[in-house]
Amino acid sequence: MKRRNLFTRGLVKENAVLVLMIGLCPALAVSGTVRDAFGMGLAATFVLLFSNVMISIMRKKIPNEVRIPVFILIISTFVTIIDYVMQAFQPDLYRALGIFVPLIVVNCMILGRAEAFAYKNSVIDSILDGLGVGLGFTLALTVMGAIREILGNGTFLGMAILGEGFKESPVIFMILPPGAFLVIGVLKALINKYVKKETQ
Amino acid sequence: MKNPALIFLGAFLINNIVLMRFLGLCPFFGVSTAVETATGMGMAVIFVMTLASWITWIVFNVILLPLNLVFLRTAVFILTIASLVQLVEMFLKKYYRTLYNAMGIYLPLITTNCAILGITFLNIDNKFNFLNATVFAIGTGIGFMVVMITFAAIRERLDLAPINPSLKGYPISFIAAGLMALAFLGFSGLFGLM
Repeated sequence: MKRRNLFTRGLVKENAVLVLMIGLCPALAVSGTVRDAFGMGLAATFVLLFSNVMISIMRKKIPNEVRIPVFILIISTFVTIIDYVMQAFQPDLYRALGIFVPLIVVNCMILGRAEAFAYKNSVIDSILDGLGVGLGFTLALTVMGAIREILGNGTFLGMAILGEGFKESPVIFMILPPGAFLVIGVLKALINKYVKKETQ
Repeated sequence: MKNPALIFLGAFLINNIVLMRFLGLCPFFGVSTAVETATGMGMAVIFVMTLASWITWIVFNVILLPLNLVFLRTAVFILTIASLVQLVEMFLKKYYRTLYNAMGIYLPLITTNCAILGITFLNIDNKFNFLNATVFAIGTGIGFMVVMITFAAIRERLDLAPINPSLKGYPISFIAAGLMALAFLGFSGLFGLM
């Protein structure tokens, strides 16, 4: 496979959230605003990228029988790093994301890439794969965050874009938990209708 | 919010783990295809969640806190839960065959279930004592099971309903879950709990 495809595959065609339907918990939980969604996406991308690199470097040294616990240890190391870095430099964002920052460790997307890709491929390929899948995750979260923030609060990144009148009585439903289920359900239905048919 | 009864109700209804906190969505959508499997999974979650809350509470308060090793929390908790699930599986297989048959196949799935790890973190973040942590875990587990079974029943009906092909499967399940979440939103504010 061409190197460029490694990157674009995870970004669009095999998008973790909207196509493969993995990593749903953070995708639904923190997509209430664009800032939270984007921050969560970048944090997960950081962990995915560095754990991919680390596992790829050590792939000949990790014994096959204990690979899963080793993967989990490597992933949790990077999760702890991003946990403390965010707490120090982005305290507001950290408070908004809550327990979903330490919970990156059980995001099946990250363990899945370690097992299915980084353990078998070179470092460069693993970097491209990690970036593609991670940014695809960020993209999906940001799209959901944008829809929910615009409709639910009338703002985008905190700026009122639908006018002050809308901001006074927005569709509050969208930023509450039910809105998350509704948005991803409708997005998935649109993908089924317009995208899947072309690829089949 | 220190009253155990209120903590139980809060965990069970008001902050329902699946519909309000968005934890444990993978088994919620993955295993809820029939009422029997949903019940087995729900039982396994209640069981492991309670055990995991006890063990991680003890590990955190007896080992990590006195030794100033709080930064190891994430790594220690996930490894503790993974080994706990393995141990429970072996124990049930040997001594409680009927129980193993009822929920054995769901146990390995639970290791990477973010609901379990999430609850152990919330126990610590909320600074619960041992009793409250137990009540919180049981309430959350029951909340998970009730929602799982209800949702499985809805999905069994949805399979028979005439639905637009692009909505079939995941999309309509998400929308149904959204409507359930909307119904659960009605519980917020009950007994002054948020």
